[in-house]
Amino acid sequence: MPDAPLPDTVATAQSTPDTPQPYAELGMAQDEYARVREILGRRPTSAELAIYSVMWSEHCSYKSSKKHLRQFGEKAPASDALLVGMGENAGVVDVGGGRAVTFKIESHNHPSYVEPHQGAATGVGGIVRDILTMGARPVAVMDALRFGPLDAPDTRRVLPGVVSGISFYGNCLGLPNIGGEIGFGAGYAGNPLVNALCVGVMRHEDIKLAQAPGPGNKVVLFGATTGPDGIGGASVLASATFDDESHAKRPSVQVGDPFMEKLLIECSLELFAADLVVGIQDLGAAGVSCATTELAAGGTGGMRIELDRVPLRDPRLTPEEILMSESQERMMAIVEPAKLDAFLATCRKWNILASVIGEVTDVTPEEAERGGRLVMTWHGETVVDMPPRTASDEGPVYDRPYARPADQDALQADTPDRLERPKTDDDLREQLLRVLAAPGVCDPTWVTQQYDRYVMGNTVLATPDDGGMIRVAEDADTGIALAVDGNGRYTRLDPYAGTQAAYAEAYRNVAATGARPLAVTNCLNFGSPEDPAVMWQFAESTRGLADACQTLGTPVTGGNVSFYNQTGDTAINPTPVIGVLGVIGDVRDRLATALPAGADGARIVLLGRTAEEFGGSVWAEVVHGHLGGLPPKVDLAAEAALGELLAEAAEAGVLAAAHDLSDGGLGVAVAESALRGGVGATLHVTDAFTALFSESGARAVVVVRPESEDAFAALCERHGVPAAEIGTVGGEALTVTHPEGGFSVSLAELRTAYESTLPAVFDAE
Amino acid sequence: MARVVVDVMLKPEILDPQGQAIAGACGRLGFTGVSEVRQGKRFEVEVDGEVDDAKLADVRRMAETLLANPVIEDFSLRVE
Amino acid sequence: MTARVGVVTFPGSLDDRDAARAVRIAGAEPVALWHDDPDLKGVDAVVLPGGFSYGDYLRCGAIARFSPIMGELVPAARSGNLPVLGICNGFQILCESHLLPGALTRNKSLRFINRDVTLRVESTATAWTNRYTDGEEIRIVLKSGEGCYVADTATLDELERTGRVVARYAEPAPNGSRREIAGVTNEHGNVVGLMPHPEHAVEDLTGPSTDGLGFFTSLLAHLADGVPAAAGATG
Repeated sequence: MPDAPLPDTVATAQSTPDTPQPYAELGMAQDEYARVREILGRRPTSAELAIYSVMWSEHCSYKSSKKHLRQFGEKAPASDALLVGMGENAGVVDVGGGRAVTFKIESHNHPSYVEPHQGAATGVGGIVRDILTMGARPVAVMDALRFGPLDAPDTRRVLPGVVSGISFYGNCLGLPNIGGEIGFGAGYAGNPLVNALCVGVMRHEDIKLAQAPGPGNKVVLFGATTGPDGIGGASVLASATFDDESHAKRPSVQVGDPFMEKLLIECSLELFAADLVVGIQDLGAAGVSCATTELAAGGTGGMRIELDRVPLRDPRLTPEEILMSESQERMMAIVEPAKLDAFLATCRKWNILASVIGEVTDVTPEEAERGGRLVMTWHGETVVDMPPRTASDEGPVYDRPYARPADQDALQADTPDRLERPKTDDDLREQLLRVLAAPGVCDPTWVTQQYDRYVMGNTVLATPDDGGMIRVAEDADTGIALAVDGNGRYTRLDPYAGTQAAYAEAYRNVAATGARPLAVTNCLNFGSPEDPAVMWQFAESTRGLADACQTLGTPVTGGNVSFYNQTGDTAINPTPVIGVLGVIGDVRDRLATALPAGADGARIVLLGRTAEEFGGSVWAEVVHGHLGGLPPKVDLAAEAALGELLAEAAEAGVLAAAHDLSDGGLGVAVAESALRGGVGATLHVTDAFTALFSESGARAVVVVRPESEDAFAALCERHGVPAAEIGTVGGEALTVTHPEGGFSVSLAELRTAYESTLPAVFDAE
Repeated sequence: MARVVVDVMLKPEILDPQGQAIAGACGRLGFTGVSEVRQGKRFEVEVDGEVDDAKLADVRRMAETLLANPVIEDFSLRVE
Repeated sequence: MTARVGVVTFPGSLDDRDAARAVRIAGAEPVALWHDDPDLKGVDAVVLPGGFSYGDYLRCGAIARFSPIMGELVPAARSGNLPVLGICNGFQILCESHLLPGALTRNKSLRFINRDVTLRVESTATAWTNRYTDGEEIRIVLKSGEGCYVADTATLDELERTGRVVARYAEPAPNGSRREIAGVTNEHGNVVGLMPHPEHAVEDLTGPSTDGLGFFTSLLAHLADGVPAAAGATG
């Protein structure tokens, strides 16, 4: 490389201690930079500064959130199912039969705003690699999406792009997309949320960890070549150090190649099966920096890397850029020398480029004490010599100030009691149709039809059912159910209760499939942590989730925090998205939401208690544009009782359908079940408004098999779940009667309201 | 090194929904007077040395068998 | 003797395991075939499964067509001896290989479509459809981004005249396929290409129906008869 600029070596750093360094441009605080100098006993080289700046970024170090996230561990309920807890790439839970499941949700919000298609696509790619890295075969994906208002011009750019990105990447990878949720709100214009979840299945003995034990073992980088993707930050370094204009403007959009990822999955699984790796890590946000420091920290602490051996897509890349590149579809493995040939042969079979870029080294006790020793060279010159643990594990931790927002009391005092309620049956009917057609409630088929939900042949339930369900293997009866939920409106009104409500809804969605909830993942989307009001929301939210998980015995296995989702000083409504995973012993017992056809007269039963709860409700938003008061009360004991009742009812085969009640309330739930089954229903209620639109938690609507009514009643009594017979299946309309009258809506009219909203906007293009 | 550019276009009789979508967007964006848009692919083939007749024939064969599907696509090539 | 049915895996094949499962459920033995290995391993028939072979980056199926295994497969299929079913990407590969007429282009909506669809079986005179009845409606899965079947009018007329349209969408083709064509066959009836996925409709638990199983049981009936498809047809 004759024309390569001279690297900033360790020797140079020692001899030029006063060279100014662009730490602020890289997002580092002055005291953080000072700490790096203290750790190293000199100024960092450019390459070291690159490593510390990305590893100590909010995204990688969780420096603002760590203090609060600790509760998930401290309050974690004892669970025999938990095989690997938080801290690894993803948590692992036992699902019986020697099989384990790993799952995690992660945000890709900002990239999806900048370039919706590639941003969302690479979001899927990243989370899939996290799951693969644990040793599991990825078996399904889901996603939680938030966009600005449906009629906002930017939504027409962002939404179709995000959906096509998820579709393109996930479909091409061959992973079924089994569900998720979609929501709209003013704050998300300019701050869309793209939270992607992946779940994988493995045998217990196949669990892999990010570690690099055994001095002499080889460090192998395999997958795609490294290019200048996503290194806006590094260009600061390059231009500041070398004043080279060609490096100054680099694209920061990462481009995904799902075909490469598919090969990477198959190749990695073959490598795992042949026992050819001792440690593995995917290359995510902080690329080579993260993989090397984390693998080294998880092993002996020692590693030597020759950075010039990293295969490049662009030969002009500098060491700093290589360290910060976010090029997709790359993995790093630790391989015993004796197995290297077999490893490389498998990579060749799959046409995957693999390069030995270094090896694990021993460290002296003194080096171990300092946090290990990671040395990197560039054409023979030492450009990095640092203790890797100081970057991976010992980043800064902030106790950011937080304070209840000034407007919180006024917001909560503005209850929905002042809102005008429907006076006539015509009003009720019209408002039910409006709620059903609301963007966050209506039929998501325009979106979900673009996702392959059948591939792999193990999808038992998918959108539009309450949760997705996957059979863990072709020859197994066991299934896993998954749901993701979040409700920014509830969380805005009360972050503690709103987060618990999101958790409860996901828990209920899983329970409504017949599965028993087992473990939790989360993606916490908030505004700037530097805003004390946002930090208060975050503190309350994490406290709420930790308490709820402790109460219901479902440990948090991992997750992700996304801060800075805001425009100017206006943050999004706090949107913790909670994913719950459950297990069902026999997938044939699963419950679906469709009303059964050919079962006219079968009883519809409402489970749970309904109160007048309209704070944050869809009705308040759609009919009155109102957000105020308190969200529905969360009763975790009632959720647990309902969940266990549904699981036992599924096992006993006494139900013909089940649907949880959430956004929009009973009216929406029954309308959806009727449309899915293609059969009507008649409901008899007393206070029609409250019955149809209240969003009280811990409720579900079920259809009982006629021959099992007594058995089901006994189950309800045993679990202490209130059960009210509210109607019957049949006819071609949804009919609601109450003591003062009633109304009826044909299935055709319901269908038009429910199904037209998204096509009206996105097919009009 | 020389470059042969191969342009591949859908045959005129084959529906081109991508081109139609772009034409539709032109109207909405105020680019008036656009009657039709068709979308195609451009391949840049770098060849060693000068492009002589034999090399051009090679690239033509490559275009026929691989770059274009003659059932639905036409192609043209030129040396740049 | 149990029939042995090869399922080819190309880089980027996705529904290969599903195809193997369908073969097994139908009562045959699936045999994994690798794109890079020009050995058909003596199988009695071959399924080219769905997916995105080679990322479908040039055109769907355009690169897979040149895989070593296709060098063995194409002549055997063209001669009328080897039954071959191409599903989705497999159909695209068969068209690119000129084993079947026409081509598959981008969906009219420009979007990927995953939807349960109703097909009408138009020809039972093939190795893969002889167990259906003419005009039978079946419910299976459509999932593709480039599923719009096109061919020139003369070719379409010829296909219609010779009874080589195997299945049509019973509704307006969601992808814009000409004459609502979902599947076609060659002149021997041994090679069938189908855009929707019968292998995803073989189990009640995971598919919209079990209507797709007929493609695989048809093959077994065809192999048991030991006669070429077209000659053995009753349709």
